[in-house]
Amino acid sequence: MAAVLEALLREEVTAEVAVRWLVCGAQGAEDAPEEAAALAPLEPLRKEFVPFLLNFLREQSTCALPQGPPTPAKAPRASAERPGGPSTARGSGRGVRSQLFPAPAEPPAASLGEPPLARRGGGGRRRGPVRERGGRGAGGSEEGEIGDSPPWGGGWRPRGSNSPSPSPAEPLNLSNLEEFPPVGSVPPGPAGFKLLHHSPTPASSALESGLPAPSRTGSLTPEPADPGKVSCQPRLELVAIVYSSCIAENLVPSLFLELFFVLQLLTVRRMIHVEKDDLEPSLGGPLKRPLFQNIHDCVFFAVLVLEHQFQVLSRLDKGTLKLLAENERLLCFSPTLQGRLRKAYERSTAKVSLLLSPPAQAVSFQPETDNRANFSSDRAFHTFKKQRDVFYEVLREWEDRHEEPGWDFEKGLGNRIRSMMSQLSTASSHSHFVRLFQKQLLQMCQSPSGAGGMALGEAPDPDVLSMLGADKLGRLRRLQERLVAPQSGSGPCPPPTFPGWQGFFRDFILSASSFQFNQHLMDSLSLKIRELNDLPLPQHEPSDEDVDRQDERRQFASVLLSLRLLAKFLGFVVFLPYQSPEPPPTRELQDSALALRNQVPPVLDVLTLLQQGLQNHQAVLTVPWLVEFLSFVDHVAPLLDYYHSVFSLLLQLYRSLILSEESERRMCFLNKLLLLAVLGWLFQIPTVPEDLFFLAEGRPDALEGATVSLVQGLDTMPVVDQQLLYTCCPFIGELRKLLASWVSGSSGRSGGFVRKITPTSTTALGPQAPKTSQGLQAELAQAFFHNQPPSLRRTVEFVAERIGSNCVKHIKATFVADLVRQAESRLQEQLGEQQEEGGAPAQLLEALCDQICPEGTQALAQGREFCRKKGPEAVRVLLPEETSPAVLRSAEDIAVGLAMEKACAWLSANITALIRREVKAAVSRTLRAQGPDVAAQGERRGCSRACEHHAPLPSHLISEIKDVLALAVGPRDPEEGVAPEHLETLLQQLRETLQCRQFLCLISEQQLAKCSVELASFLVADQVPTLGPPGPQRLERGEARGLLQTLLSLWHEDFQVPVPLQLLLSPRNVGLLADTRPREWDLLLFLLRGLVDRGLMGRVEIETCLKSLHQAPWPEDFSEELATLSCLFLAEPQVPGPRLRACELMRPPRGTVLAQS
Amino acid sequence: MVPPISIPRPVAFRAASAPGVISLPSDSRSPPPPSRAKHDIDQGPVRGDSSVPRGCATYQAEPEEAETEVPQKHIKRTHAKHHTAEAIETYYQRYLSGVVKDGTAPVLLELANEVDYAPSLMARIILERFLQEQEESPPSKSVINSMLRDPSQIPDGVLANQVYQCIVNDCCYGPLVGCIKHAIGHEHEVLLRDLLLERNLSFLDEDQLRAKGYDKTPDFILEVPVALEGHIIHWIESKASFGDECSHQAYLHDQFWSYWNRFGPGLVIYWYGFIEELDCNRERGILLKDCFPTDLVTLGQSIVQP
Repeated sequence: MAAVLEALLREEVTAEVAVRWLVCGAQGAEDAPEEAAALAPLEPLRKEFVPFLLNFLREQSTCALPQGPPTPAKAPRASAERPGGPSTARGSGRGVRSQLFPAPAEPPAASLGEPPLARRGGGGRRRGPVRERGGRGAGGSEEGEIGDSPPWGGGWRPRGSNSPSPSPAEPLNLSNLEEFPPVGSVPPGPAGFKLLHHSPTPASSALESGLPAPSRTGSLTPEPADPGKVSCQPRLELVAIVYSSCIAENLVPSLFLELFFVLQLLTVRRMIHVEKDDLEPSLGGPLKRPLFQNIHDCVFFAVLVLEHQFQVLSRLDKGTLKLLAENERLLCFSPTLQGRLRKAYERSTAKVSLLLSPPAQAVSFQPETDNRANFSSDRAFHTFKKQRDVFYEVLREWEDRHEEPGWDFEKGLGNRIRSMMSQLSTASSHSHFVRLFQKQLLQMCQSPSGAGGMALGEAPDPDVLSMLGADKLGRLRRLQERLVAPQSGSGPCPPPTFPGWQGFFRDFILSASSFQFNQHLMDSLSLKIRELNDLPLPQHEPSDEDVDRQDERRQFASVLLSLRLLAKFLGFVVFLPYQSPEPPPTRELQDSALALRNQVPPVLDVLTLLQQGLQNHQAVLTVPWLVEFLSFVDHVAPLLDYYHSVFSLLLQLYRSLILSEESERRMCFLNKLLLLAVLGWLFQIPTVPEDLFFLAEGRPDALEGATVSLVQGLDTMPVVDQQLLYTCCPFIGELRKLLASWVSGSSGRSGGFVRKITPTSTTALGPQAPKTSQGLQAELAQAFFHNQPPSLRRTVEFVAERIGSNCVKHIKATFVADLVRQAESRLQEQLGEQQEEGGAPAQLLEALCDQICPEGTQALAQGREFCRKKGPEAVRVLLPEETSPAVLRSAEDIAVGLAMEKACAWLSANITALIRREVKAAVSRTLRAQGPDVAAQGERRGCSRACEHHAPLPSHLISEIKDVLALAVGPRDPEEGVAPEHLETLLQQLRETLQCRQFLCLISEQQLAKCSVELASFLVADQVPTLGPPGPQRLERGEARGLLQTLLSLWHEDFQVPVPLQLLLSPRNVGLLADTRPREWDLLLFLLRGLVDRGLMGRVEIETCLKSLHQAPWPEDFSEELATLSCLFLAEPQVPGPRLRACELMRPPRGTVLAQS
Repeated sequence: MVPPISIPRPVAFRAASAPGVISLPSDSRSPPPPSRAKHDIDQGPVRGDSSVPRGCATYQAEPEEAETEVPQKHIKRTHAKHHTAEAIETYYQRYLSGVVKDGTAPVLLELANEVDYAPSLMARIILERFLQEQEESPPSKSVINSMLRDPSQIPDGVLANQVYQCIVNDCCYGPLVGCIKHAIGHEHEVLLRDLLLERNLSFLDEDQLRAKGYDKTPDFILEVPVALEGHIIHWIESKASFGDECSHQAYLHDQFWSYWNRFGPGLVIYWYGFIEELDCNRERGILLKDCFPTDLVTLGQSIVQP
């Protein structure tokens, strides 16, 4: 391959021809047959030229970029010197990536004819660590002192027969692999290209040298670069042109990686002294002479290339432009370019603003999807309730602790998560949980801040700080620290990572290791991706010209970022089972894996989605999320027939996105730049096959129809701005860090980079109206919309959707509620009858439902009426006033029709079940509450309007009565007692409270009822010690009767809950009488009469109670007296009339009774 | 703002603090009769052995919690000690021999006071043991709770009286106290509801939320959120107790975070105050107050005047 370059350098072939030859092959060079002839024999090697060129440049710059100790650049020991590197296995990227260690050194390149796969199988892939980035903080400098960081993200190293350097000298810098993932993937193809590893390069890179490191102070000062001292201008110019053309034609795998390399050359500080031998024109031809002999050469070359890349540079963010425009070397070597950059800077509006992300929000509970009706059983419902809380508990704990040193996700949370998973499996609630998980993921991570968005090297705006106030500063700082730290490991080609909260979700999936969960998650993610991908984004409407484009962009960004997030997680889960640190070790194993997996259909048909995206001119939406998805492929997946097609298509697209070809009908520049950036990044992913990029024959023609569009799609709309570009591709920010570190190095400042966070609006994406309309009317409606602005259609569909939905709710609230009320009242009637007949309530309920459900058919009529009334109102409000009456009428009709269709479809399918459910729920409430309780609930706050709620609080009264009861029960001191007036007051207060009811609740009232009954029992048994003037004594009978009288009336008139009056005749309370001497029965009799008179207890009931009292073991005399009481009570006439005098019950001396009998 | 209802006086000292109502000899008792144990109140949500009736499970703690924090901790700490098989057996035998001597003496209450344990909890231990002997199988919790609520159901008359005596003399635990706590909690909810109505803040209350099928329900969810001191409030929970470390943690775990998990940030009102340091989750969406805030900002950006 060197031959081509040599031909170039010997000026046998012009750069122009060479590039054309590269792009199109021999036929491309027809204009210059002579030159073409020179290249013709090299045709088989055409594909290898670019990797060769790239590796050549990297090779040539080794002595320029790694500066510092005079150690020869290629000594292999460095890898041993720095064994570990900061291991961030879990935190910084997926495990797979961190495990990616290079395979043993590849045997010398195989012959041209051998399929590349075989060589891949040999494990020849090498991943080059990327150099340290300027953005590192102080920690970076410490590492840099021992570490050897190759100066760029990756290079292309020629090997084998064509290799100008001895191949064994390619020790890998193992240490850096985790941190600096492989950036290049060049196939060990026919020419044996592979990634170049500059591992043993001296410690301080151009970037790091900017950081204060005392031991290397000498090397910090950059050597001055002088355009007058460039050693071999024509040579450099030639190479620069070819190189620039390769970049312009998208022949290099990653545009931004090359830009990074060029900027490194621009900012070279020192040059390693080149051996004199090397400088002499050697026998080996032009290639043997170093391309970059001094710093002046490097800078000259870089500036030349940058001149060709002005178009891209001018679209970078304002901060980068400023740094470029202010770069003194650039000014020195190309004042023209500097001037253009300065102008571009002045014009640029691509500034990123600093805003803090809002604190994490939980997914809100939505009864429609989350209440009991959505679960198969009570158990499932309650399990999910608990798991929701566990999920957030785990999330909070992670937030609090994941930055603590020594804290481990799996150790800290693993078991809790797995037990949660098993609970969910038992309850079959994975789908519910996945919905929650996905919503939470979107909520937390969709905004760039959650995704660990861009850090641009600007200090926080002082205005923002003052606005935030001092107390927020700490938070801001913490936020910055948190966000900046993990980012320091990125570089210009970072591996896919899960920054910020995403890390939680990733680790959650890993720790859960639940097949059920993963399956549900894949289903759910796929669905949501399809939904968002198909979302009709605001099309460019001529009539809406004046509408702010910003909204359009914001909506696009929101959809795109959501899609990327979802696709990233989908890719992660889909390829998770196949991940392995290394590719299959043998061809056989790989083939069998391929055979096995080729028959498995893809989880999400991304190929079709990609094809559709290209056809519909919305590659700018589809490709970026697809890239996220594919960035998680395992080693085998890209070789599967299906994914191979996807990658081929993407590669074709990449080649076709020529930035210089701008026109009205083509993709917008920034749209293209976004696609180039994400695709370039994808091609650097280690598991993406190396041969894909260079060996695949690009056929840009295949996409011709797609790129030159007649219809306007998203691609032709300026939907991408710098904000979105940098959010999706944070690695572009590395250019800026590199430039800034040059500045800071010069000024002696260490560049601390502050992350900029700009939340994108989370535009609510309304679900699309279901297209249920059919038949001719539907066709007519479609036709009607065809010539109307799309907004009309959206409005109508929206109205139809909402009105249809509201209609169902309206029917529930009115019609169904009426039916339920009817059912309740019928039930009440039938319950009354039934109590005598003794039927089962369940049967009654069924019968009731059967009676009521047929009435459900009326719901449809009422629903239609509702839609007819509400639909037109809504349409009229939402459409512009200038809408013609005819259009308006049609729109209204269609909206009403669609709404009715939706509502009626639901109602006719569900109304019976709905009525049944509601009736059952209401009736079971009634049955449970059993009448009086319901009344109490209903009238809980039923005091009169004039009431000022000054009655004593129920809690106070319960407490007071408790004290009296405690006094009655004892133990007590002889002098303890209660004043009779106090008892009266207490009962009076009780009456007030029961009448006010403001603060009364069921439980309080029940307790008051119970306590009052107990109080009555103590009064009856004369057990309440009273305080009289001389001291404790017993209540006078009259006082006791008065109190009992009050209680009777309270029970009768004021209590609204059932009073447990049967307790009065419980053995325990009656037993209180047994202890009194002499026994007083007249109060009990008095009370029983009162109960009967007021209808509080029936005679039969009292009789039953008295009878059961006899069964208790009593002292003999007590039993007798009790029997007497029963007889007396039962003997009384049923109507009020002359009664036995209470004193007749008084126990006469035993002897007397006996004598009388 | 002070709630316009009187703050209930401490239950533990109520009798003494109501002069003229119930007279208690202040100092002449020697030895003090085994009445009115001074144990503190258990937190409903914390302990599993609460004997509160169904629906009363979330009753509020008493306001004087902080005052009596030490004894409460004491009860919690010694809970296990009283529940060893040996301890239960000892207590039961002592009870039996006590009532054999004199069934009307306050055997159980004295026993509880002597071993420094809450009377109603002691009653539960003995009742459980008693029923076990009778039925040869451990009685269900619901049976025990129901008997404690209504000792008339206890098959043994003497034990019924003893248990009842423990319950009415316990100022910190037991169904009666539980009910008082519940009542206080409810009263404050009513108060809060009136304050919300007064300020025209429309809300959904627990009953409405339950009817809609919400699985966790704060006292009130505001239909339109408000802001307080720069924080958004979606829901308000009323707690008629003092917010101490222990109860607050339990509430956070069982209630407040669950509300946040479903409805976003909200406000908790500890009507009887709280330890200031506990108000540390503001940024995360849980605000604490000891009264109804007067400076709520509504969507219209106006300050809601009380």
